[in-house]
Amino acid sequence: MTWTKAANMNVLAVFNQSLMRGIVACLLGLSVAALAADPIPDGNQSEVWKKVRQSYFEGRTIVEDVDGKVVALKAPKRAEDAATVPVQIKTGVNQSKDRFIQKLYLFIDANPSPVAAIFTFTPESGRADIDTRVRIEAYSHMRAVAEMNDGKLFMATHYIKAAGGCSAANGTLPDYANFQPKLKFKVDPNVEKDQPTLAQLMINHPNASPLVKDQVTHLFQPAYYVRTINVSYAGKQIMTADVDFSISENPNFRFYFTPSGEGELRAEVVDTKDVKVESFVKITPTAGKT
Amino acid sequence: MKKFSQFAAVILACTPGFVVASEARFNLKEIAPGIFVHQGQMVAERTPANMGDQANIGFIVGEKCVATLDAGGSMKVGLLLREAIKKTTPKPICYVINSHVHPDHMFGNPAFKADNVTFIGHERLAKGAAARSNNYTNSLKRDLGDVAEGSELTPPTKTVKAGETLDLDLGGRILKIQAWPVGHTDNDISVFDEQTQTLWLSDLLFIDHVPAMDGSIPGWLKVIADLKKIPAKMVIPGHGPVTAPWPSAIEPEERYLAKVADGVRKALKDKQTIQEAIEGVAWDEKDKWQQFEQFHRRTVTATYAELEWEE
Repeated sequence: MTWTKAANMNVLAVFNQSLMRGIVACLLGLSVAALAADPIPDGNQSEVWKKVRQSYFEGRTIVEDVDGKVVALKAPKRAEDAATVPVQIKTGVNQSKDRFIQKLYLFIDANPSPVAAIFTFTPESGRADIDTRVRIEAYSHMRAVAEMNDGKLFMATHYIKAAGGCSAANGTLPDYANFQPKLKFKVDPNVEKDQPTLAQLMINHPNASPLVKDQVTHLFQPAYYVRTINVSYAGKQIMTADVDFSISENPNFRFYFTPSGEGELRAEVVDTKDVKVESFVKITPTAGKT
Repeated sequence: MKKFSQFAAVILACTPGFVVASEARFNLKEIAPGIFVHQGQMVAERTPANMGDQANIGFIVGEKCVATLDAGGSMKVGLLLREAIKKTTPKPICYVINSHVHPDHMFGNPAFKADNVTFIGHERLAKGAAARSNNYTNSLKRDLGDVAEGSELTPPTKTVKAGETLDLDLGGRILKIQAWPVGHTDNDISVFDEQTQTLWLSDLLFIDHVPAMDGSIPGWLKVIADLKKIPAKMVIPGHGPVTAPWPSAIEPEERYLAKVADGVRKALKDKQTIQEAIEGVAWDEKDKWQQFEQFHRRTVTATYAELEWEE
């Protein structure tokens, strides 16, 4: 024990000891005050990441994309609402038949389920960008890993200070027993042919985390979340997502598609009760600049 | 010597004497005949020293018995409130009225269990308390350590349905308990004392402290429009000064909430992302409120997530 630490212990011993008990009992297992002063830990030393990396990318090289040439991850450094943390994955690849990002993994090391989402894309996606909102349970490294069609892997990392997002109850608590999920698309009305076009898929769903404990029944709230999302345009696959309760209540995704002619932008969403909902929007692209 | 003082501090902190000794810190003001309000501390952090005493709480004395207005941010604060009541009147405590689920208002409930009181709350209070208790308790323990001991979100034993009013008779004094639709939270109630025309709003009204939104801003604005119809002479906010004139006291809050809602609607119309809205909406309000940074981003985030479903 260093001298400074020892002196500190004497002054605050009474409360520190009691605080420590509270902290140990606490789900986070981390002292917010201590972490605030600490430098960002080395992401490569994360035990969770070592395991995840082993199981998903065994033995393969992952290029750390510090310049964001292939993949960049944007999120706040500190999030006040850990249950709704905006995350943007920006990619630098024009999706073409020869070269495209075919998979995008979003990992949150400190979450109870560190694999927050796995997206797949096609050349028809135009761009493999994704914009969504996640829950963060404890201070954590987040990672976006892009897998190219030739199998090369690129990773962007971001460290975020937020806590309690998975164990916090949703703000308002409607009765979910007979819940019917709803979908809503938002697409700019002026769509140009063969141009990557931004679309937004909104899913009205509690996406309930099983980490919320009911103190009367002493039971954890049953997990009830969106499991898969499948988006197509004119019958061709654009984007799929395998997700869980790391995604915030009312899951929300912004993504791109490239219309080569008239068609339906269609989404199919399945949740953990095997409830399937579908929605589509008709798109008539204009001739555009080319 | 140090060891001894630590030991002494532990003993002090764990005996009822500690509570009595710190009573000097428990301010209390009779704002109208028989209505006593304690002003919580306007602090960003809960500490063992402040015991989580952040909210305005109090009590109303009738001819027959006493009703508390909330119970404070920890069992310790609840005990201080109980002591204050006992010093003020020999009448028994019959009701603990919980304005809503937030920890700074409700954790003191267990201090009144021995009085055999009826706990009054919104019909959605029990559900909200059960779902949040684990998280709230863990974070209270993290902030207060042993000082958090005994704190609980004791659920209501008598509830009021949203949109309805319950009359509580304290003996020669009727309190009108009104349960509101989703606004500041989904379980807010207000208390109107007919005798003095005093309206206890708790966190439906924030003064100086930025409104902390945990429900719906459009809902809250509707509630405010209805609240303004109540012919009160004086109101008691959940944070800030213990009394304020009515309805002018709610104008800054209404302005702030409307500005956030309008700003978020504009951001949505301009196809801004949630992050852009968080960084751009209503930051000109920053210098007008305390604890702004701590709550504003969260409020914009939640409002964006709600309003994007409008249309």
